[in-house]
Amino acid sequence: MHEWALAEAVIAAASEIAEKEGLKEVREVKIRVGELQQIELDILEFALSQLKPAKFKDAKFSIEVAKAELKCRVCGHKWFFKKEKMDENAVEAIHFVPEIAHAYIKCPTCGSPDFEILEGRGVWLESIKGVKQEDG
Amino acid sequence: MVDPRTSIIAERIRRIDRIIAVSSGKGGVGKSLVAATLALTLAKKDYKVGLFDLDFTSPSTHIILGIEGVQPKEEKGIVPPIVHGIKYMSIVYYSGEHVSPLRGVDVSNALIELLSIARWEKLDFLVIDMPPGIGDATLDLIRLIKNIEFLIVTTPSQLAFETVRKLISLLKELKIPVLGVVENMRMNDSKTIQQQTQKLGLNFLGEIPYDRKVEEAIGNIDKLLNTILAKKVEEIAERS
Repeated sequence: MHEWALAEAVIAAASEIAEKEGLKEVREVKIRVGELQQIELDILEFALSQLKPAKFKDAKFSIEVAKAELKCRVCGHKWFFKKEKMDENAVEAIHFVPEIAHAYIKCPTCGSPDFEILEGRGVWLESIKGVKQEDG
Repeated sequence: MVDPRTSIIAERIRRIDRIIAVSSGKGGVGKSLVAATLALTLAKKDYKVGLFDLDFTSPSTHIILGIEGVQPKEEKGIVPPIVHGIKYMSIVYYSGEHVSPLRGVDVSNALIELLSIARWEKLDFLVIDMPPGIGDATLDLIRLIKNIEFLIVTTPSQLAFETVRKLISLLKELKIPVLGVVENMRMNDSKTIQQQTQKLGLNFLGEIPYDRKVEEAIGNIDKLLNTILAKKVEEIAERS
């Protein structure tokens, strides 16, 4: 249920944006979830549905999953994270703190732990749409 | 795209009365020992205390306090386990015995992740063991925790104090409260650090003599609480 905490963050950030943009009603929230963190989408969706404030009651939450692409800073090799090849405890640790990937993953070409997470790290709020105050 | 995590951090720390970052300009001055002992001392006085080891690449407070075999509970986030009366959080729960070679951007991301998912609930004090220097962790805490206070540790060495002077200068410029300076591992009666601290307009919180018994006490909190270091930290806690 650690997804609950991330859902709270999404709702808090979306509410801030809605407020800033003068939205009286939010219709759509687009979220991007990186594969590295292995978020349970069902739990995230459930948490969002439970946490959404009145302004979000008709909002559709769409969640897109982004592949986790890694790039070695030493040899430049790029590859995709695959949890199937990893130890269960390591996958769970990365689920809580994605940067811990550096303790468990090495570049498949040169063996360096010095890699960059190009995409697919955590949870991002991509966009939010709604009805503005002055739109009536 | 917006990183939603920073929007929830203020809520996560809302019920913490005081957040004290134990910091220094350089490594090896005894920050982690002071931070861990301070947390123990406050817990012994029946305060609700948390200890957050932010030295992600070289965590050590779990070794000082002899913490092993515990994990945070997953409950709408993560709930730090209570060990020796302290809510304790460290990256070692996730890295274990593995090396965690993190660049600055990764330190920053891991710090934001843990601040946004850890549920400390009500605390009187959250003591943070900082990594050495003025890097990402220091800058992120200043950015994300509005009521942060710094407690600065130095040794009698001018090398240590010169780096502390830079840290103090940054904190003063940013108007971040500094509780004062602790002189650790003192080996003579020189008042130089005390005078230099006071010259900077800061409180000199006290000196801790070099104590051979500390090394033997690592991993054993009863022994640790019987060291001169612990007695001095207790006096410092009362003073700050």
